[in-house]
Amino acid sequence: MSLANSSDDKVTLLEVKGLSKFFPIKKGVLRRIQGQVRAVDDVSFRIYEGETLGLVGESGCGKTTTSRCIMRALDPTDGEILFRSANGEIVDIAAMRESEIRPLRREIQMIFQDPYASLNPRMNVMDIIGESLQVIGGMSAREERSARVAELLALVGLRPEYMQRFPHAFSGGQRQRIAIARALALHPRLVVADEPVSALDVSVQAQVLNLMLKLQRELNLTYLFVAHDLSVVKHICDRVIVMYVGKIVEIAPTETLFSAPKHPYTAALMAAVPVADPRQRTAMTPLEGDVPSPANPPSGCYFHPRCRHAVEVCVKKQPALEECADGHLVRCHRAAELSLPGIGGENEAATAGS
Amino acid sequence: MNTNAILSVRNLKTRFTMDEGTTKAVDGVSFDVAPGQVVGIVGESGCGKSVTIKSILRIVQKPGEVVGGEILFRPQRHGENGTDFVDLAKLDGRGKEMRTIRGNDIALIPQEPMAALSPVHTIGNQLVEAVQLHRKINKRQAEEIAIERMKEVGVPSPEERMSAYSWELSGGLRQRVMIAMALLCSPRLLIADEPTTAIDVTTQAQVLNLLRGLQKNHDMAIIFITHDLGVIAQVADDVVVMYLGRVMETGPVDDIFHNPLHPYTKALLGSIPSIHTTSREPLPTIEGSIPHPFNRPAGCPFFPRCAAYMPGKCDRQTPKLERIGEHQSVSCFLHHEVAEEI
Repeated sequence: MSLANSSDDKVTLLEVKGLSKFFPIKKGVLRRIQGQVRAVDDVSFRIYEGETLGLVGESGCGKTTTSRCIMRALDPTDGEILFRSANGEIVDIAAMRESEIRPLRREIQMIFQDPYASLNPRMNVMDIIGESLQVIGGMSAREERSARVAELLALVGLRPEYMQRFPHAFSGGQRQRIAIARALALHPRLVVADEPVSALDVSVQAQVLNLMLKLQRELNLTYLFVAHDLSVVKHICDRVIVMYVGKIVEIAPTETLFSAPKHPYTAALMAAVPVADPRQRTAMTPLEGDVPSPANPPSGCYFHPRCRHAVEVCVKKQPALEECADGHLVRCHRAAELSLPGIGGENEAATAGS
Repeated sequence: MNTNAILSVRNLKTRFTMDEGTTKAVDGVSFDVAPGQVVGIVGESGCGKSVTIKSILRIVQKPGEVVGGEILFRPQRHGENGTDFVDLAKLDGRGKEMRTIRGNDIALIPQEPMAALSPVHTIGNQLVEAVQLHRKINKRQAEEIAIERMKEVGVPSPEERMSAYSWELSGGLRQRVMIAMALLCSPRLLIADEPTTAIDVTTQAQVLNLLRGLQKNHDMAIIFITHDLGVIAQVADDVVVMYLGRVMETGPVDDIFHNPLHPYTKALLGSIPSIHTTSREPLPTIEGSIPHPFNRPAGCPFFPRCAAYMPGKCDRQTPKLERIGEHQSVSCFLHHEVAEEI
């Protein structure tokens, strides 16, 4: 197996190829399978070393399922997840057995959405962060472990004296810092962050985002950043994937995506974000209707029932994900002819193009 | 006080007395709501915004209690020009008078429509019950009102929805049903408690547009609670910024966003990542975190995190909410010298 690098020689850390995850719908006394929820449907993308890749979409679009498949918290129905491990070997996470994944756990770590639910209330901070050091890192001496935990706490901006405290003594932002310290304990190379700031207050959100940016610079981390908040994604990500009903509809570098979106759904998503300025009040509703169920998606392009620009072909034929510019992929029949409004001035678009 | 206000909250105080200590959830909150006006209350968790509206509706649960202040409300039956205010703070929360006001003159759109709707009763059942509670009409007439309201808020084929259950509807539709329910008795004041927090951004845009339209058509006053400054900027006429149970600043939405006076308002506005700011630059932050309600700082509640903190002043005295300029009020010693009497 091999991993292709990008045209400008960025090293591919993880490549997802044709990933699918279907959940069966069982009904009746015999629990017969009546259908499939196509939560993730033929998703392919790459994560380059040192970048932050954003995964956005509304609830039910499959962004969390994708990240869970990469963690192998869920077993994918189909597809490959190729990962370049620290020793240079390329492995397919999707095909591995549970016992084979274990050594990889130290390289891929996760930060969860809700720090009130992700920390065990009966363990103190030392045990929460030190657990993986002991179980996977093989650090059996307590002094050694507590030295590393102290180091990690300092790294995320908490006082090492807090080590003996329990999660209830911390605020939401501090808890998320503990969760980040836990994720970083084993020097991971890829950190999957599933909505890491959406449960936090705005004043604390900024602190955690700044911390994540700082840690990335210092430790050369790679992030897969799952979120629904576009302003957060714009702030932190290098490239963004937009998903809709289990499929990728657009992948682009952040600046390009925001200044010149190619998919009508991406444009609608951006138009729906309320602007924090009373002088810019938007009058129109960007999208009518609701997100279709992934168990029973519409024909053709999944987005056509809500799309302003839909034509006949959109109802009949599903568009393919095609490259429209370097590193900019879009799944739309009319991508070439449509000119959609983005956000930001001309100079932003110019820097993105250069 | 604004003389034509339909609601005037004066120095409202709500406390929760527990074994561990007393929480001053709402500590001297004052604001006015004029007819047809949208007042946005913004603040982070624990700032008392939800307890404020629960106090207005008199649905604060034990051990919480409204311990001081006035909630002056002008109900419909006193006529448009009537000057008769009812002080809701003095009424019995479970009494008849409060029950005729709640749901009738003042209606609530709750945060989580899934938690607010009963899963074992049909939508129709719940809507009809709400109408018949306040009006002496038969079931058929109540159903007509319910269908009409659902049509108004954009529920497709409302006749069929009457026999549907809440769990059969999508998140956006559920929230529309909640809005229809709130509008059943044509309230004068609608309270929306984070009505778009639990739903997706495209649905949020639909709901915000709907509320703006309804407010215009019905000439209703709305109190809109949210932590999302973007939403506030889009819907509010006046803004109340709260922190730890106190009002930090109030004023017209344009002044709050373009000429904020209080350091907390400034910091809050600065710390939101926007789709218009430069990416990957560190965001300005507010140091520290919101204190636990049992360890409220003495003096100004914001001083430990404030960039403009004046030692010896801010930590000793609590600034009063004082009018600065024509419309804006602020509680900060940077702008006036008036302190709260102890």
